[in-house]
Amino acid sequence: MSRSPDRAAPSTTAEPRTSSGRRLRTVYGAPDVAGIVYTDDLNDPGHFPFTRGIHETGYGGKLWTMRQFSGFGTPAETNRRYRELLAAGGTGLSVAFDLPTLMGRDPDHDLSLGEVGKCGVSVASLPDMRRLFSGIALDQITTSMTINSPAAMIFAMYLVLAEEQGADWSQLSGTLQNDILKEYIAQKEYIYPPRPSMRLVTDVFAFCADRVPRWNTISVSGYHIREAGATALQELAFTLRNGIEYLEHGVDAGLEVDRFAPRLSFFFNAHNDFFEEIAKYRAARKLWASVMRDRFGASDERSLKLRFHAQTAGVSLTAQQPYNNVVRTALQAMAAVLGGANSLHTNALDEALALPTREAALLALRTQQIIAHESGTPAWVDPLGGSYFVESLTHDLEAGARSYFDEIDARGGMIPAIEAGYPQREIANSAYQHQQAIESGEQPLVGVNQYVDDAPLAVPTLFIDEEAAKQQLDQIGHLRTTRDGARVAGALDALRVAAAGSTNLMPLLLDAVRAEATVGEMCDALRDVWGEYEETPAL
Amino acid sequence: MRKIRVIIAKPGLDGHDRGAKVIARSLRDAGMEVIYTGLRQTPEQIVEAALQEDADAIGVSILSGAHNHICPRIMTLLAEKGLDDVLVVVGGIIPDVDVPRLREIGIEGVFQPGTPMQAIVDFITSHVRSERVPASHS
Repeated sequence: MSRSPDRAAPSTTAEPRTSSGRRLRTVYGAPDVAGIVYTDDLNDPGHFPFTRGIHETGYGGKLWTMRQFSGFGTPAETNRRYRELLAAGGTGLSVAFDLPTLMGRDPDHDLSLGEVGKCGVSVASLPDMRRLFSGIALDQITTSMTINSPAAMIFAMYLVLAEEQGADWSQLSGTLQNDILKEYIAQKEYIYPPRPSMRLVTDVFAFCADRVPRWNTISVSGYHIREAGATALQELAFTLRNGIEYLEHGVDAGLEVDRFAPRLSFFFNAHNDFFEEIAKYRAARKLWASVMRDRFGASDERSLKLRFHAQTAGVSLTAQQPYNNVVRTALQAMAAVLGGANSLHTNALDEALALPTREAALLALRTQQIIAHESGTPAWVDPLGGSYFVESLTHDLEAGARSYFDEIDARGGMIPAIEAGYPQREIANSAYQHQQAIESGEQPLVGVNQYVDDAPLAVPTLFIDEEAAKQQLDQIGHLRTTRDGARVAGALDALRVAAAGSTNLMPLLLDAVRAEATVGEMCDALRDVWGEYEETPAL
Repeated sequence: MRKIRVIIAKPGLDGHDRGAKVIARSLRDAGMEVIYTGLRQTPEQIVEAALQEDADAIGVSILSGAHNHICPRIMTLLAEKGLDDVLVVVGGIIPDVDVPRLREIGIEGVFQPGTPMQAIVDFITSHVRSERVPASHS
């Protein structure tokens, strides 16, 4: 083992800072929390403003859902992985789709070349959805689907499959990510311009309020914002401000707040800066409760409670010394649990290199199970509540997020802010500063700029061969020649007409899915009417 | 005394542009002239940009695993346009097994996760054809 010669070891006596750049002292005390009023700012768990958690008993009633994001290759291959995860004690499914599906392109489209089944599972049609959930009863599990631009199309497929299984839609439970705003800000898997995209989102809100009342209609996501380079504060602020934007659009579309707000859920990153992450989750709950009450006049308690999924930070994983990632992930997961995550995904050690192998995915799940069943942590609700340091951090993050809210409100809301490139620039600046800190050694990374190993250690990685793409091409070719082409064309025409008007598009998408229209065809029908979004890149 | 001109390109469907943007800025800070193409550029568009901008180097960022399809196409198109003297480097999630194949088709630099920015700056500075940028080798 050697140190890279061109970088100094970090001094442990350097002035400490959080990832958000806040300078810290080494000791906190009573004066730091003097302004905090227990009943107003914290209160007991299960009570407004829910800083300490949304349940009185924390994990006492129910542990968090261990939901491992998974998908690769063909629907049949992914189905095998799902059955393994469920058999190993996973308590919910989480579908990772491939890039063509995420971008609303069929496997046989030119732009799909080389991408089919690579970063997730390829799901182009109702028959693919049937294969994906083969042998899994949709009313017996909860499913999270990470899909955004084509969220309504994929959800329509899920609903039609549930119908075929004889399941009652009102009994279905799960989450659709359906968060288009963070696509423009961070992950960049957008198709249409922001305004028609927001209509698809609110159409799902309205449809589910009537027909699928237990479904989480959106997962407002800070995860990708953080992965793109945001600080913890920026993640918190932009995510909650996006939540506000969705609320406003739902209300503008004629929905009463308490009819749809209880089904909004959130998704945060669990990153390295242990205490700041815990404070971030606590600040998020408090901010959301007060925004819902004061800004939207919500009265249903369920509208005030911020529920969130957390995923450990993919961007923190290193290709060098990959076994170190197990330790990083365990610490990040512990922060999520101490912060009261309602659901959690832990990354696998090999994910800086490829999608995880079966063994690596299993170890990631075992990491959660060890925290849950051996560490003792879940027995206490908000055990860090009252810590001078954690309360002070929580308070600061809340104040910082409110400043960002003011800035975005002054810009006319999140959509004008996005169109002006504001959050994108903020994030790009943070990403660049972080990289410079790594380069200078100011931000230590074990195995990368500190404690570098001369002999690289290889781990086995999952290899997705071209066979999956070939099978998906065969499947879609077969589908196109065997289905009722006139019925498909009729359903797509009806979708185009409806898209030009203002009616809810979900029933039309359900009809198109029943006719076995593909994801690409449904998305193209809307491209014909709405056009495509092109960003001006902010460096 | 011309600056090195670099196209930073993001082909394929992948939208993860953190790396491409950080590299674009690092190269600019190192004194190069950087043109960032934006997302979802086809190999044809990337090569056309290199031609139009009289680029000395192209840096391709791919995280999706599509590099084995996209990179050979870029190299073929460059050859067709007579741009064989343009330095091509690629960065992203590139498995070790693919590195020799990329080098074989003429991609001189392959940068995997964790590569320091300075290493990329140095590589481009020292590998750009000297006849293209005489001042860079003073």
